[in-house]
Amino acid sequence: MTEYQTHTHDVLVIGAGGAGLRAAIEASAHGVSVGLICKSLLGKAHTVMAEGGIAAALANVDDRDGWKVHFADTMRGGQYLNNWRMAELHAKEAPDRVRELEAWGAVFDRTHDGKILQRNFGGHKYPRLAHVGDRTGLEMIRTLQDHGIHGGMEVYMEQTMIRLLKDGDRVCGVVSYDRERGRFKVFLAKAIVFATGGIGRAYKITSNSWEYTGDGHTLAYEAGAVLTDMEFVQFHPTGMVWPPSVRGILVTEGVRGEGGVLRNKDGKRFMFDDIPANYRNQTANNEEEGWRYTQGDKNSNRPPELLTRDHVARCINREVRAGRGSPHGGVFLDIAWIKERIPNAPDHIRKKLPSMYHQFKQLADLDITKEPMEVGPTTHYIMGGIMVDGDTQMSTVPGLFAAGECAGGLHGANRLGGNSLSDLLVFGKRAGEYAAKFAKENTQGKVDEQQVQDTFRAALEPFEPSRGQEGPFQIMEDLQELMQENVGIVRKEDEMKHAFESLQNLKSRASKVTVKGNREYNGGWHTALDLGNLLTVSEAITMAAIERKESRGGHFRDDHPEKDPAFGKFNFHIKKGAKGEMSISRQEIKPIREELKAVIEEMK
Amino acid sequence: MANATFRVWRGNKEAGDFVDYNAEVSEGMVVLDAIHQIQAKQANDMAVRWNCKAGKCGSCSAEINGMPKLMCMTRLNQLDLSKPVTVEPLHAFPKIKDLVTDVSWNFRVKKKIKKFKPRAPDAADGTWRMDQQDIDRVQEFRKCIECFLCQDVCHVLRDHSKHEEFIGPRFLVHVAALEMHPLDTESRTEELKTAHGIGFCNITKCCTKVCPENITITDNAIIPLKERVVDEFYDPLTKLARFLSPKKEK
Repeated sequence: MTEYQTHTHDVLVIGAGGAGLRAAIEASAHGVSVGLICKSLLGKAHTVMAEGGIAAALANVDDRDGWKVHFADTMRGGQYLNNWRMAELHAKEAPDRVRELEAWGAVFDRTHDGKILQRNFGGHKYPRLAHVGDRTGLEMIRTLQDHGIHGGMEVYMEQTMIRLLKDGDRVCGVVSYDRERGRFKVFLAKAIVFATGGIGRAYKITSNSWEYTGDGHTLAYEAGAVLTDMEFVQFHPTGMVWPPSVRGILVTEGVRGEGGVLRNKDGKRFMFDDIPANYRNQTANNEEEGWRYTQGDKNSNRPPELLTRDHVARCINREVRAGRGSPHGGVFLDIAWIKERIPNAPDHIRKKLPSMYHQFKQLADLDITKEPMEVGPTTHYIMGGIMVDGDTQMSTVPGLFAAGECAGGLHGANRLGGNSLSDLLVFGKRAGEYAAKFAKENTQGKVDEQQVQDTFRAALEPFEPSRGQEGPFQIMEDLQELMQENVGIVRKEDEMKHAFESLQNLKSRASKVTVKGNREYNGGWHTALDLGNLLTVSEAITMAAIERKESRGGHFRDDHPEKDPAFGKFNFHIKKGAKGEMSISRQEIKPIREELKAVIEEMK
Repeated sequence: MANATFRVWRGNKEAGDFVDYNAEVSEGMVVLDAIHQIQAKQANDMAVRWNCKAGKCGSCSAEINGMPKLMCMTRLNQLDLSKPVTVEPLHAFPKIKDLVTDVSWNFRVKKKIKKFKPRAPDAADGTWRMDQQDIDRVQEFRKCIECFLCQDVCHVLRDHSKHEEFIGPRFLVHVAALEMHPLDTESRTEELKTAHGIGFCNITKCCTKVCPENITITDNAIIPLKERVVDEFYDPLTKLARFLSPKKEK
């Protein structure tokens, strides 16, 4: 029998980005004992990389804004596959969550009258993103971290969970290992909140770090939870493309919000060529009008560069494929041009986009105040995730809650920029609140020792010398290549079927993966364990993408390029079948409340 | 494709040594790319921390050719590749394995600093008003990504191991961000002098030099804090005034 340490809390939060921290703060405030598990060090989670801002209808810059407009924008952006209850709560509660951050010490950029400043972003009708230059995520995570550590929660850093434990139907704990020593731990809890982020490492070109291997998605699925909308992966239109080592690193949408434009190699603003019907009456007719919008003219419509991310990414892809791209396979994003319009443009750019200036200067030897950037799509976010109840954030497994990127529903087929940070705050809080409530109403479940020991044994298998020769890094690279090529931004039935079959082959290679060395801070071992999760989410994404035979939001099919209204009536659900196989079903969307329907109509 | 030698420190808290690895070098590469390449192809079990790979999270701190730097922001074309590039863990913290050190002390220190305490809201809806010019300085401090390079280079910690008596440049910046926050009403001057050990800093400005966020740590954060301590505890006129005035609640 393998020895292990046990920690007990009322509520256990897995993941310490914005959603996890907010959930832990809320649960602590409700007087229960809270443990917070981080895969990395505290404060390093992916939230720290968010740049543009937090979407909230504060109406500080444009008083025509309000929750109804934000709600309608979110639903339109998500092509109406969203969980409308979540979209409603999100739009209504985001302003309070932002104001709360200020009360906890966040220092947002200001308007002339001293309020929180808001900026334009794709798909948002009015300037809505509360921000701090282009480092809003850092401000948010640091504020939550610095506030949270004084609230009584226990923080466990560099811990990775490898199994969710259940007592009958409901959750009772998780098994994890610590990176430093490779020791196993069991965390017992009455309620567990997953805030584990995304799956970006399934793709070759991504803005995501090593942590984003679909851990929460996979462990929830293994425990019987339903995953929803897994076909919808967001490819952010503007990632760096050159030099090769920085390919995929994010270039904030804030560049376009501040007046940056997209051009092809002929210098043409190609975004004007293709404006979707449902955005036509919100989009500028010409370049002049678009510029006026970015400068705050309330009578102008937004430039087409600020259309939704799915659409902009596809347009860039089209230009590149038609041979009109930039030298390194992207297009040009130009903010330097604003010097024709405003005095002191270089200073203005450095003030508004400091980290973009720094990033290009240092990593690409390029001065964005003088030259255009080269950009192209990068895997950024998954709209799909663990299906939750809109009010409580509880999954289909009792006691298991999910918030943030690993939860599905709010964003439908496509997420608007800025709606992620607000999602983390609104639903992190709700998850924490309801998890605390659940913990108060229930007793601690009993752990099955056999399950625990089996998990240890499986986790240590890669160390067995008899298993094979292959290490985890090559398998992961092959997986990333496969998903990038076949289940990427433009999809086709035969390619996806090929991917699905190849995944089975990769799974068999992964089942024989070997690692060298010992259990202490062993990157190879950690990757070997993460690999299994990546394979599961890749299978789910591919399966759902094959089934959705239409194009909508982040999911674009070359063989079904049009939107099909029939597919707008349901979400795809993925669940582990009785024999352990992955199964998919269609779940009809609940009829939207009349008053919300009226809001959507009114905003059309 | 060109090659370069990376002399990487491998070992744990008991023992270790430099090991030479050969890596392929391509355009635009940073040190972290080389380390990843070595990890994937030659040393699967190598320990290294990283996250964002864009200078935003402060995880991949190391000493490159003896200088505290972020591996993700150090371009190979800025280094002399005709000689081996040394990569070693931070010196001011206990070693764990290879390039990973135990930085937990930093998190304990932060917990001891008094938290933000805002004044009552300015408006009936519970919000505040602040001018941009009044927050520019605080925003500079809040750019800190907690890479702890300033802690690593600070001789008070690195050479004299005063971890129990001195909070280091990172947390002096943190205190400065709180003290200069227009809404904050807390006072941390007493602790600065005693528990936080601000007197240990003799303004050699090494911290400012290594800061990847270009925060002017010494001039903008530490010196003004030192002045506050002086004003409160060592200024003869203030002392006299305090002696003569009736005691008030702090």
